[in-house]
Amino acid sequence: MLNPDTVRADFPLLGRTVRGGKPLVYLDSGATAQKPQQVIDAESAFYAQTNAAVHRGAHQIAEEATEAYESSRTVVAEFVGADVDEIVWTKNATEALNLVAYGFLNASLAAAAAPGSPAAEAVSPEARTRYALVPGDEIVVSEAEHHANLVPWQQLAAKTGATLRWIGVTAEGRLDPETYSVIGDRTRVLAITHASNVTGAITDVAALVSRARAVGAYVVLDACQTAAHMPVDLHALDVDFAAFSAHKMVGPTGVGALYGRRELLEDLPPFLTGGSMVEVVTMEATSFMPPPQRFEAGTQMVAQVVGFRAAVEYLRELGMEQVAAHEAAMTQLLLEGIAAVPGVRVLGPQDAADRLAVVAFEVDGVHPHDVGQVLDNAGVAVRVGHHCAQPIHRRLGVHASARASAGVYTTIADIEAFIEGLHEVVRFFATPETPTMQASTVESGKGRV
Amino acid sequence: MADAMEQLYQQVILDHARVRQGEGELADYGGESFQINPTCGDQVTLRVQLDPAGEKIQALGWTGQGCSISQASLSVMHELVIDQPVSRAEELGGYFRELMAARGKELEGTRLEALEDASAFTGVARYPVRIKCALLGWMALRDALVQARGRA
Ligand SMILES: Cc1ncc(COP(=O)(O)O)c(C=O)c1O
Repeated sequence: MLNPDTVRADFPLLGRTVRGGKPLVYLDSGATAQKPQQVIDAESAFYAQTNAAVHRGAHQIAEEATEAYESSRTVVAEFVGADVDEIVWTKNATEALNLVAYGFLNASLAAAAAPGSPAAEAVSPEARTRYALVPGDEIVVSEAEHHANLVPWQQLAAKTGATLRWIGVTAEGRLDPETYSVIGDRTRVLAITHASNVTGAITDVAALVSRARAVGAYVVLDACQTAAHMPVDLHALDVDFAAFSAHKMVGPTGVGALYGRRELLEDLPPFLTGGSMVEVVTMEATSFMPPPQRFEAGTQMVAQVVGFRAAVEYLRELGMEQVAAHEAAMTQLLLEGIAAVPGVRVLGPQDAADRLAVVAFEVDGVHPHDVGQVLDNAGVAVRVGHHCAQPIHRRLGVHASARASAGVYTTIADIEAFIEGLHEVVRFFATPETPTMQASTVESGKGRV
Repeated sequence: MADAMEQLYQQVILDHARVRQGEGELADYGGESFQINPTCGDQVTLRVQLDPAGEKIQALGWTGQGCSISQASLSVMHELVIDQPVSRAEELGGYFRELMAARGKELEGTRLEALEDASAFTGVARYPVRIKCALLGWMALRDALVQARGRA
């Protein structure tokens, strides 16, 4: 079993204090995780010893930098159950998802152009066959998506005339199987989250993949919330594309990855173009490199890639089964602790099964911003707002929420401090005369309104 | 509770957040503004009606959702500017923005006095994220007044 106290010692930031000497209780790993010394050192050592541009230059340092960059790809690929040439470095998951959506768009633009015209020839015939969308085609997402896996598809639909449809969410905050039937004959893409960053609910990927396969749709998986918290095997999940960000996986900011099945990346038109992704360039035209280089235009974030490798090595060392078991225990404590605070409601599944340690909640009559402020004053860092997922908040009937999320370094003491803070929130804002603030009767402005 | 929270959430603020002045939809109005705080999704729709001469704020009404800071700020603002000349409302808005830029320091005497209950927001300026909450209503007012005056 993972010992969070030992793990904690690896994370220098967790040793600091906040708000006048209070020990930090960091429960915002769902937004971004803290970094172990191993990751910080890896990035720093790269700059101190190996820094050079990759895939260009014949000198020794360039060779070493290229080796560091490419071997990191092997390690990260293995970590998520992919082959090395199926991993493309991006700046984050958002960019990875856009990369796929823009691939579809570029193919669609070419397919819509006059046959034989330069615009039609701009992408390969295979790309047009696979990826061109026409009016009447459908893109399916869910109401639980983070904006990063919703807005790019909404944009793609608007630009191609395809229709955006969505899987609904139950009152408990899970994808609603009753609405899986929106996946139909015209569905070309199913873009779905592996776990909600609001409710923590883990998606039944297999059920959705089999439906998508039946209608020949591609499956894009947003693995941002799962990749650092449970074992993820993309080949076993049998999805076509997947996206994740290093910064949520105890790795650096500025780097993420797109997974794509090899033959699919082969046919996908490039998103960003420029240096490093080309073969022959004339004044008239350019031929592109095979994937993954085709999708890595310009000078890359090499130090961050190296840090990403160190991060997944760190997680691998802990063991993802152990990580998942530890976090399941934290989920249990969070749910039980919250349930014991009067007037606090969890948004999402109330039991720890098939759910991550990402727990959004609302405090009756107290706005999430005020909840967060009082917790912050106690040294407890949670996220407040809509967590880049407005539609699911709307679905669950709230405007915004507060969210506590755990990680590998979360301890029982962290959860206890958080729950104590929640009691303090309730005490601080409770008034005997007006038990709830938002529901208080509103005096119209001195008779003027 | 630690003093920091009591300094931030002054009783005046809590009271205004509970019993809010000016909340409600105004049927007749000359200017309207919708403002949103994209970091937390808080929003307000504010309407303002000037007197026939177009000089005084005759009616002001707002609806929206938000934290206690934004709601209290709207309420206090309503109290301060109702029946006041537009120029005075703009002057007070200027003082309030100044207060929010002061990082928790008080304004000098007459300006702080002019702000009345709004001076209770001094402590808010120590929390950069909350400044936007406190300013939401004042931004809406400034915007709505521009419209109302254009029409008057
Ligand atoms: C479920 C989910 N998808 C996508 C993202 C976007 O990740 P990034 O901002 O690193 O691109 C996040 C992170 O906020 C997330 O939680």
